[in-house]
Amino acid sequence: MMAGKRILMLEGGPEKTMLQAPPAVFTSRTCALSPATRRLLESFGAWQNIEDMRYQEVKRMQVWDSSSDSMIAFNHKDLSNDLAYIVENCIIQDAILKQLETIEDRVSVKYDCRVQAYRLPSVNPNSDSQHLAEVHLSNGERLQTRLLIGADGFKSLLRETAKIHTVNWDYDQLGVVATVEVAEEMENNVAWQRFLKTGPIALLPLSPKHSNLIWSTSTKNGRNLLQLPHDSFVDAINRAFWTEDDKNPVADYASKTFDSLLTGVGLDGSSSQQLPPAVVGIEMSTRGGFPLGLCHATHYVGNRIALIGDAAHRVHPLAGQGVNLGFGDVTCLAEKLSNAVSNGCDLGAIDHLMEYETERQRQNVPVMLTVDALSRMYGSSFTPIVLARTLGLQAVNALSPVKKFFMDNAAAAS
Amino acid sequence: TIDQEEVDKFGKLAQKWWDRSGEFGALHTMNNIRIPLVRDALAPGQSLFTKPLRGLKLLDVGCGGGILSEARANSSPLARLGASVTGLDASAENINIARLHAAHDSLVRENTDYICSPVEQLPESLWETYDAVVASEILEHVSDAQVFISSCCCLVKPGGSIFITSLNKTQASKFLAVFAAERILRIVPEGAHDWDKFVPIDVLQSLLRENGMTTQLLHGIKLNPFNLKWSWTSDVSMNYALHATKFHPES
Repeated sequence: MMAGKRILMLEGGPEKTMLQAPPAVFTSRTCALSPATRRLLESFGAWQNIEDMRYQEVKRMQVWDSSSDSMIAFNHKDLSNDLAYIVENCIIQDAILKQLETIEDRVSVKYDCRVQAYRLPSVNPNSDSQHLAEVHLSNGERLQTRLLIGADGFKSLLRETAKIHTVNWDYDQLGVVATVEVAEEMENNVAWQRFLKTGPIALLPLSPKHSNLIWSTSTKNGRNLLQLPHDSFVDAINRAFWTEDDKNPVADYASKTFDSLLTGVGLDGSSSQQLPPAVVGIEMSTRGGFPLGLCHATHYVGNRIALIGDAAHRVHPLAGQGVNLGFGDVTCLAEKLSNAVSNGCDLGAIDHLMEYETERQRQNVPVMLTVDALSRMYGSSFTPIVLARTLGLQAVNALSPVKKFFMDNAAAAS
Repeated sequence: TIDQEEVDKFGKLAQKWWDRSGEFGALHTMNNIRIPLVRDALAPGQSLFTKPLRGLKLLDVGCGGGILSEARANSSPLARLGASVTGLDASAENINIARLHAAHDSLVRENTDYICSPVEQLPESLWETYDAVVASEILEHVSDAQVFISSCCCLVKPGGSIFITSLNKTQASKFLAVFAAERILRIVPEGAHDWDKFVPIDVLQSLLRENGMTTQLLHGIKLNPFNLKWSWTSDVSMNYALHATKFHPES
């Protein structure tokens, strides 16, 4: 549909050589791709490239609390369907770039680009002063376009230039990542997440012997973790998964009572709790940290501009939804632009861009709010809140229709 | 067929043609209905190509500020779909606005030109030269529908098409399209429509038949007054869209 349209991609980094084989060491920046994202990647051949490299499917997800024994497990019956796919960022990028090469006549990529400024057309369509959007590069080059798509991250300069209002806050948390080695070789297809007082710690499977650690914790604690010697870091991880220090006696008691109550009425409360694998080592120089925040752009579009991904919304990584929301934006925007082209509209006309904004905000905002609420709820040690989440989690886990609803939503979230 | 009063009336509104949220907002959004209508009739099954109307010569009669040949400021759906489009309007002011906006967009500029003239005064040299004539939301403003329709049909090549969107002459259109739309909902400028000039569909169809045209499609269209979006309906008592083709002796 977009045949005849030319697309220029501005990339800040240098051109990368295409991967011939996956990197020797598992890299620590990964994404949990949803089945909807997989479908998008399949639609243009990039998923095949990922399959040719490596990925790990997640069949089961177990989330539990450190204040009580309440837990929730997600899995499809008989582990038949995949919940998500853990793929290293470098492999996702490589897979997409390889597909871009096959359509070089339509999509060109400019590497090592710095955008100095954007000049955007006025909102008033009657104004004759300027009509296309302009990009000024630091090398003096000026580019004009009908539509500027801002995929320039949560500090988006395009968003700032367009004076789009944002709502944002810092969690005062650091996401600490690393590639870790797990104890025994096993079928590693479970995603583990435990909520600690300081934030969630998660272990995502990469291979039978490797997992990806994503540990959201207070900035202070995070900095310490980054400094720790390897052995102590490994100990800290294991302690975080096993510690009983956070136990809240009231919640724990309530949880046990509620559990026997659930079992009494024939609902399966917590029987299937499994234990996460022990971490035995960490891969050299895979440790890293990044600050966590929430950002919501009140508008995703403007005259001749559209924001996608983190430029439009940034979420806490605890549900692994950030990248999937971004790919969902891509799916939706591509569909709206195809319609626009087939109706002979200007690609940058506000009408279909508004449709994109409405559709995506309706999807993204509830997800963002849920994720934010979760992170706040689990960040609390205030007994009533601990009690509420403990019993809530148990109830959801016991009621399979409710759980299925959550799971379907997570899988469809695109 | 030109009613000078009507020409002046719309000339005065000319500056507002491009204001999407303004009085012509409903006309802008109508493109979502009429562009696919024209596209799918002239290039069936080809909507997957970028320029399905490539090589076709179209006349947009009563183009106004050029909304149809220019969907919004600097965009021209029909021209962008590849057609070479001539916009025709009796108001010089409208033509100027349309030209101004076409000039912004090279894609459109190359494919459009504008003529300021009533349709019945176009030179004989243009007869039977257009693959399609589009007369959208204009029939209800002309003083002599018979002359208007026959002039439009003259310009169509044998085998070519005419597309008309207009308002039917019914009690429903008198109340809803004129009174309610102008006075209550205010989605159309006051005085924009004179119900007495509306042409009943059966009269239009017999005029078309007299001019060698066969109706291919007749659909009602309805406007949701709250979001100003148009959609198809089987009810033709208000707005409708019609596609007719000219008899081709060899086919």
